[in-house]
Amino acid sequence: MKKTLVFALLLALSVGFFAGCKPVAKQPVTLVFAKGDAVELDPADVTDGESITVMNNIFEGLVRYKAGSTEVEPCLATTWDTSSDGLVWTFHLRQGVKFQDGTPFNADAVVFSFERQRDPNHPFHQYGKWEYWGWCFSEIAKTEKIDDSTVKITLSQPFAPFLSTMAMFTMDIVSPTNCNQWKDQWMTHPVGTGPFGFVEWVKGDHVTLEKNPNYWGTQPKIDKLIFRVIDDPSSRYLALQKGEVQGMEFPNPDDLPKITQDSNLTLLSEPGLNVGYLAMNMGSDTPGFQKPFADVRVRQAISYAINKKDIVNQLYKGTATLAVNPIPPTLWGYNDAVQDYEYNPTKAKELLKAAGYPNGFKTNLWAMPVSRPYMFDPKAIATAIQADLKQVGIEAEIVTYDWSTYLQKTEAGEHAMCLLGWTADYADPDDFLYVLLDPDAAKVGSAGNVAFYRNSKVHDLNKEAQMTTDFNKRVELYKQVQQIVHDDAPWVPLAYAKQTLVFAKNVKGFVLYPTGDYHFDSVYFETSK
Amino acid sequence: MKYYIAKRAINIFLTIFAVSIIIFLLIRLAPGDPAITMAGEHASPEVLARMRAEWGLTKPLIVQYFIWLKHALRGDFGQSILTHQSVLVELVQRFPNTLELSIFAMIFATIIGVFAGIVSAVKRYSFFDYTSMIIALFGVSMPIFWLAIMLIMIFSIKLDLLPTGGRLSVMYSIKPLTHLYLLDSLLELNFPAFLNALKHLILPSIALGTIPMAFIARITRSSMLDVMNQDYIRTARSKGLNEKAVIMKHALRNALIPILTASGTEFAMLMGGAILTETIFSWPGLGTYIVQAVSARDYPAVQGSVIFIALVIALINLIVDIFYSYIDPRIHYK
Repeated sequence: MKKTLVFALLLALSVGFFAGCKPVAKQPVTLVFAKGDAVELDPADVTDGESITVMNNIFEGLVRYKAGSTEVEPCLATTWDTSSDGLVWTFHLRQGVKFQDGTPFNADAVVFSFERQRDPNHPFHQYGKWEYWGWCFSEIAKTEKIDDSTVKITLSQPFAPFLSTMAMFTMDIVSPTNCNQWKDQWMTHPVGTGPFGFVEWVKGDHVTLEKNPNYWGTQPKIDKLIFRVIDDPSSRYLALQKGEVQGMEFPNPDDLPKITQDSNLTLLSEPGLNVGYLAMNMGSDTPGFQKPFADVRVRQAISYAINKKDIVNQLYKGTATLAVNPIPPTLWGYNDAVQDYEYNPTKAKELLKAAGYPNGFKTNLWAMPVSRPYMFDPKAIATAIQADLKQVGIEAEIVTYDWSTYLQKTEAGEHAMCLLGWTADYADPDDFLYVLLDPDAAKVGSAGNVAFYRNSKVHDLNKEAQMTTDFNKRVELYKQVQQIVHDDAPWVPLAYAKQTLVFAKNVKGFVLYPTGDYHFDSVYFETSK
Repeated sequence: MKYYIAKRAINIFLTIFAVSIIIFLLIRLAPGDPAITMAGEHASPEVLARMRAEWGLTKPLIVQYFIWLKHALRGDFGQSILTHQSVLVELVQRFPNTLELSIFAMIFATIIGVFAGIVSAVKRYSFFDYTSMIIALFGVSMPIFWLAIMLIMIFSIKLDLLPTGGRLSVMYSIKPLTHLYLLDSLLELNFPAFLNALKHLILPSIALGTIPMAFIARITRSSMLDVMNQDYIRTARSKGLNEKAVIMKHALRNALIPILTASGTEFAMLMGGAILTETIFSWPGLGTYIVQAVSARDYPAVQGSVIFIALVIALINLIVDIFYSYIDPRIHYK
């Protein structure tokens, strides 16, 4: 009797078990996206992409990037004016917008969001690290309320990229009521004005967002957005195949061929705001300087000698595209007219001969110790470059250090040639051409310009572009900088890393942003045909 | 017994103290600076200096240690540099995940392992013996990530029986009371969620339990063989006891001590979290937490979790030792 009972129970349990007990209630339209976990959810206090992805859907700033582009358009501010000296920016705010907690959005909220980061005496300042403020917004002297729907921001010096920086997540507007309620625990209870509201965050497992029914803009097409934490890229792919998630980021490069062939999946991919490059040290005041690199013919010879196409095709495994300019083509101001140096060892040898090095010379080539998206497997890339240079007679010894030492030593100019890369913080050519190639950035010991390339013409153009607020004028100036940099060849630009996302076939409407931001308000499910 | 436990408690305290000093020094001797790791590649020296001062990293090491110790003795492991959350709160959320998975992995490992071990010993040199010991050899040397991916490929993708990872499907939600999802769902009387959580446990438990299972099977077999050759087994048989009683009552009980030791050790090992299994099955346990903390040079989180795990392991060892005296009445602690 007892045995029969146990058996019956077991049977009942196992039937229920494999039948899968579907809940009866009608399910809201839910999209589950697989990614890594967020670190914290205060837009002004984070630096990592996984947190930013979540917050892009909860928060908004005064301005934003146009869908799929790097151009700035109105968001929580409808219009803005600049004083003639470029120092005072006045933003006119959108009316009738409410935060997800019901707090009205107004000038007080904007002042609170910015001043808490800038002013050490602000009551909320103690709760955050506010790292990006120091890097990108140090030129903001103060933010003031003019009236309920007008805000005035004063800069300490004119800075045209200011508007691009205003579209960064750091400048998202937060609900002051909610911040004051949660104090130091606020970063786990985010409230903004965006298309999705925060529901819950089970650390290491998932973050759930829900459609914000009071959103001022176009309503999202999905009801629920769940970010499921799956750290391993191969496991993400398995979960996508099984249908447990409908989208994922960063597939394992080895899985890419299978994904492309799978008719149930869509692969989206586009270069992000980054560049991987080889810099040649031109700074005669640096310890690593070698005489040949002062000659433009030598630098051009090296540009001709390296078979970039093979490196990108074979070593990046489809995760990058070939770089021509220091800025990626997805950023405004990219100069299409620049003709890249083609792979041509004969021409390289001729140039070396003309420069007085018919038999080449001995030098060193520094390789990063870590892999970055813009420099996939730096050791292999260095080895390939070494082999290419040997073809034209240049003997390059490969050098490497641990990552922080590598950065310190290259900033101090101890290298002759080094591999490095950059991911932009905001979508403005200034964040490439000024910080990586301007004489101002070529200070020995703290150089962003590790080629120690100092061209006064480049400096004048960069400075002019920082001062003028005329967008078309700026595009023109940056195009000129790119042409000069190409001719002077302080770098061999190698690759722009692509951001790659995979979705189930029926998920439509996702737009890639060059900044790497994910916005899910336009995403919808296509009903089966 | 009480005296023994008190003695062991002092021992544990001293061990933890030593562990705390070692981990405190080790993490600081490792290259890398939490300020640079956190602030990224383009932080200004001023920002770095401010961050270091804020985290008390500018004080001498010995001072830093005693400040930490003072707080730790009150149960305050500090705030994680990475997440701003209390380390203890994060551990209390993560540990039940590891515990739940480890318990299931051990149930799987012990039941199969002991069964296979007994049968192999009783039917020595039989086909079953050879097969199970070959499987056990594979089990011990199996790369877990491979096994885990294979299990997912077969049971999730091909047969569509079980989920690929995670703890609970997104359509269910459980109020985390104990953070042990099986228990929480039962307390809420939410049976669909219970079954769903149970399904999520199966594949990771098998992946995690395979090595302990193989180990336990081998130990059980050799321990049983040892006992089966003893005089009292011959006596039991000669007085006419049936074979089942001989094996289960006389042999197994005497063979249990090494098996218990092996199981205890394996269970204690699992408490530290299982990085590979957790990563592949997206199981938010202690293993991935520590890896994340170490790579961010999150000093408070690393120190807190290592101390926590050391304490749990010490307690498991104590419990195993106490169990000995119940299994074998000849063992007395003074």
